[in-house]
Order: sequence, then structure tokens, then C-alpha cells
Amino acid sequence: MTDNKKNESPRTEPVQSATFTNSVNSEIRRAAATGIYDIRGGGAKRRVPHFDDLLFLGASISRYPLEGYREKCETKVVLGTRFAKNPLELDIPITIAGMSFGALSGNAKESLGRGATLAGTSTTTGDGGMTEEEREHSSKLVYQYLPSRYGMNPVDLRKADAIEIVVGQGAKPGGGGMLLGQKISDRVAQMRNLPKGIDQRSSCRHPDWTGPDDLEIKILELREITSWKIPIYLKIAGARPYFDTALAVKAGADVVVLDGMQGGTAATQDVFIEHVGLPTLACIREAVRALQDLGVHREVQLVVSGGIRNGADVAKAIALGADAVSIGTAALIAIGDNDPKWEDEYQKLGTTAGAYDDWHEGRDPAGITTQDPNLMSRLDPIEGGRRLSNYLKVLTLEAQTIARACGKNHIHNLEPEDLCAITMEAAAMARVPLAGTEWWPGKTGDFL
Amino acid sequence: MQVFDLGSNPLRELNATLQAQNSNTNQINWEVQNPRGRHAIAVGLDAPIEVRVKGSTGYYLGGMNQKAQITVDGSVGPGVAENMMSGTVIVEGDASQYAGATGHGGLLVIKGNASSRCGISMKGIDIVVFGDVGHMSAFMAQSGNLVVCGDAGDALGDSLYEASLFVRGSVKSLGADCMEKEMREEHLDILSNLLKVSGSKAKAEEFRRYGSARKLYNFNIDNAY
Repeated sequence: MTDNKKNESPRTEPVQSATFTNSVNSEIRRAAATGIYDIRGGGAKRRVPHFDDLLFLGASISRYPLEGYREKCETKVVLGTRFAKNPLELDIPITIAGMSFGALSGNAKESLGRGATLAGTSTTTGDGGMTEEEREHSSKLVYQYLPSRYGMNPVDLRKADAIEIVVGQGAKPGGGGMLLGQKISDRVAQMRNLPKGIDQRSSCRHPDWTGPDDLEIKILELREITSWKIPIYLKIAGARPYFDTALAVKAGADVVVLDGMQGGTAATQDVFIEHVGLPTLACIREAVRALQDLGVHREVQLVVSGGIRNGADVAKAIALGADAVSIGTAALIAIGDNDPKWEDEYQKLGTTAGAYDDWHEGRDPAGITTQDPNLMSRLDPIEGGRRLSNYLKVLTLEAQTIARACGKNHIHNLEPEDLCAITMEAAAMARVPLAGTEWWPGKTGDFL
Repeated sequence: MQVFDLGSNPLRELNATLQAQNSNTNQINWEVQNPRGRHAIAVGLDAPIEVRVKGSTGYYLGGMNQKAQITVDGSVGPGVAENMMSGTVIVEGDASQYAGATGHGGLLVIKGNASSRCGISMKGIDIVVFGDVGHMSAFMAQSGNLVVCGDAGDALGDSLYEASLFVRGSVKSLGADCMEKEMREEHLDILSNLLKVSGSKAKAEEFRRYGSARKLYNFNIDNAY
């Protein structure tokens, strides 16, 4: 042993901070270099209590199951039965959420329309109005009524199968849409009545009503313009679900669409996506409680979105009281978003398949979140539609499988009693017992 | 002249009747009696008919109008002619908030004053106000012309896009990214025509023009408010 080695003190291993992680530090450096907050697409990426924290109990001696493929388990859902002359009848309790032409390519919108139509469900327009292609390829199309009112007109309004008044979005409760200059092509600019190439920021609140009393009159006006024929949905972000749902009912909505923080957006500030709003799981029971308190649960339908990925998620949302769910991110993945086959190109963009979220830059290798004609042409809308339809059918089959295992002949017969939670947080939010107990945090009564 | 009494007949019947008119109708002239501040009167029309409302109305008079000329012998509540596509709406009295909000086309004339947010998010409509407009008028206005023969309140044209604003009186303050601009011949022509068709006696030369400074069109941290 040399003298040097003999005198050297033992050293601890380098320790990375759990607070200042490499990811956090990289964002600090990016902010310092650019002076602009980080903008991205998608929903919350952080881990939050979610449907994975719930389990179905299945049948047992006290409950008997239905045969997997033979006994019927209905999935039909009717939305808009409260006031509309023509409610929307869907074959499956899964709809396609609002996503704009502009944020998405024309081929992507067509894929969504084709897929939804094949599966017997609806798709939804977004900020920027209704395109002819979208109407043509969607047998049931929900027309969003957004604060920006880009492209809003009475002709398209009357062509819609339902109107969705957008008050909030789970990714950004209190925030408006964002479509940066790279994606404002000639057609997008023309549809939105804006100069080409500008960074377009949609307003965060509606221009001609400011509260629930005004909203009630706005709904009256829209019903008068559409002759009370089509349902009016109200989309709210997961913020104050009990009160927002109650006010939506008071204002006269036929359907409440509730979007949790895992719900995606085309583009907004990362700090908004990760730090504002409630997880989807935390919203559902509160919204259902409001509907029940007002005596309109199932009369005013509840559609839940934000992080729905598989049939189990569908079944869990419905068991907690939703009438249907809506998917956005999952639908984009189904038609090819973030597909590893484009890994080389994701690497060139400084990212990797599965993590690509710079949708606002319009350079999507999969041709979905872009207006670049070359990139767009990579997505075949017929193939995209088929893939989405397949995926929707799998979601439905999976949800039916669970419902049958719980002894239900309609997916709507699932109920909270069919569930337990595997974490305290999920038990508290979903108000179902912690697995192996009869208790959840906040439950009052005879538990000891 | 077709007369409809809202005092004894439901709003649904009025709107259904007016909406059922088409370009070939010979029932051109309509009078609506006893509006009594009701909301959503004469909304969603789509024919070149003339409707005169004999009294004041509530919210959204003439909402999403196409082709029709609607005249109100009184004042109107919030959101008059919201999202109008074409046609004309004339208000003999005053207008509440958000007059002409998001309008894509047509002409809105307010012979009295208009409250706050007049022309908010306008997308091609022309609005002529004989009196004053309140604060935040033409907020995020995208295109079209707002003519104010009186004074404008605080934050005129905040976050303005490509709409043109003409004010004859004082402007209490300009909103973010709104600036005074040179009045050129083509602007005087547009303004003169709007004053003429709306029946105003004001002279185009008496007005100043305001528009977007276009500094907020692309992100720049130094321009953040």
C-alpha cells in the first residue's frame, strides 16, 4: 500500500438530490437560456392516484357472474335525454374527445371520425371549427362551442349531432388554447380568421357570458337556434367538481363532460398541466354526488375523461357513476402517435418514442399533430380509422368482460360496491373500501 | 306586416316561425310586440326579412343572425347580435355588454351607448356606436371595424389582432398591444361608408384610427404583461 492510499479518507458515493433531479435541473437551465416557460402537449405526466389503484371484486358466493361470451352485456348509452328532442344514441360508452383541426392534421381528424363511426360512437370537433371532412366521416359529431368561437357559425351548429360548451379542460382549468405559429397554415389561419404564422392564444373564458346565470341564457339561445333538437353538453375541468356539476345542471345542460388533469391538450404551459386541477379519480364521486343531490343522476349524463387507457378504466369510471368515458390521448396513440417505429426521428428531435410531447412545434414524425403536408401524408386515414375502431372494440370487450364477471347484464349496472382500493388515497377519492377492510378515509359510521 | 305578440305567445313559436322563413318568402315585414326584456329573441334567422321589435330586450337579441334586418325600438341586453354572420341589427337605444361579440359579418348599429366589451373577439362584423363604448371594447378583436362616435373607455383594443378601431372622441386608455395608427385614404373610405350606411352624421375626418402593434403575435418574454 502506498503512503498516499493509506492517508486517503473513505468517500461517500455522489448523491443526486431528490428535489433537484436531473430533469428539474435541465428545466432550470432551459428556462435560464430561453426566458420562456416550457410549452408542451399531453396531460399530467406525474404519478397521481388513478384507476390502477382500484380493483374489481368479481363474483363470489353472494354474487353470480355471467358467462363470458354468451350472456348479453349491453353497452349502449344514450346521451342528452333531459331536454333534447334527438339524444345521441351510442353503441359503446366510449366517445372521442374534442381535438381541433389545427392541433391535429386533417388525416388525423379523418381517422378519428372513421374509427368512431365504425365503432358506433361519436367524435368531437375542437378549437377552430368543423371541417367538411370531419363531418363527412363522423356519423355522430359533437360540435364544440369554445371561448374563441373560431369558425363558429349557425350552419355548422345545425349540422352537429350535439353541442359541447367548453368551460374548461383538465390539462388547464382556467387556461385557453394555444396554437403556435408553426401550425398556423393557410387553411388553419383562414378557418380561425387570423394572420398566418402568429402564435394563437385562445381566450380562457367565454366572451359573452360570465357566470352560471348568464350560461343558462346562453344555453337557451343555443337551443332556440337549433330548435331544441340536439343535446347540449357542458365540458368542465376537474377543479371543483361538486359545485361545477351542480351549476351545469342548474344552467340546463343535458350532459356534463368532466375532464381530469391527465386529460391531454394540444399545447399549454407544462407548469399548468402538472400543477393545476384534480386527478380524474378525485372528480367522479363528487360530480356524481352533485347529480344525486339534485335528483338527476342518469337523467343528466356524466362523461368522464382524462387517462382512460383500457377496458378496466372504462368499467371503473362507470362503476363510480359515469355514464360514459371519453378518450383523446389513447385514441391518438391508437392511430400511431409516439410509435417506436419513428424512434430515429424522435431521437433527432431530442426525445424518444413515448415521451414526445412537443406537439405545438408541428414536427410530429407520426403525421398526427402537424400541418406539414409531408408528415401528414404518413398517416393513412383509412388505416388509422381501422386501428381506432379495433382499439375501441377492445376497450368495450374488456369492460364487458369485467362487468360480466361482476354479474352485470349492462355495463351501467356496475356500481361502487363492485370495487375496492389498494391505496388509502384512492380509497378516499373513490370512496370505496380499502382492500380487505370495510373502511375508507372519511367514512363515518359503525366501522371499528 | 306580420305581427307576433310575445306577451301571449311563446318565444319558441316566434323563433320557429322566423327561422322557417327563407329567401323566397313574401312575408318580409314582421313586428314583435311586448318583448318585455325577453332573451334570445329573433335568434338564428336566415332570410332577408325585416323584423322590428317594439320594446327593449334581454340577452342575445339577433344572435347568429344571417341576412335579416332586425331593428329594436328600445335598448338591448348583453350579447346583442353575438356571432352575427350577415344582415343588419339596429338598436335605437343603448346596448349592454359584449355587443356584437365574435360577429363574423353584417352590420350592428347602436344609436345610443354600448357598455363594456363591445366588439369582443369580433371576426369580421362592422359595428357603429353613435355614443360611447365601455372598457375593454374590441378585446382580442380579429377583424372587421368598430366605429365609436363618442368616447371609448379603458383598455380599448386589448390584445387586438387585425380589426380596425375608429374613435371620434377620447380614449381613456389603450389596452395591451393597441396603438394609434395613421388614417389613410382607404380607411377614410371604409369609415365614410360605414357612417353613411348606419345613418350617422359624423364626419370620417373627425376620427382617429387604432390597430394592433403586433408585438404579441409571437412569443417574446420581453413583451409579456
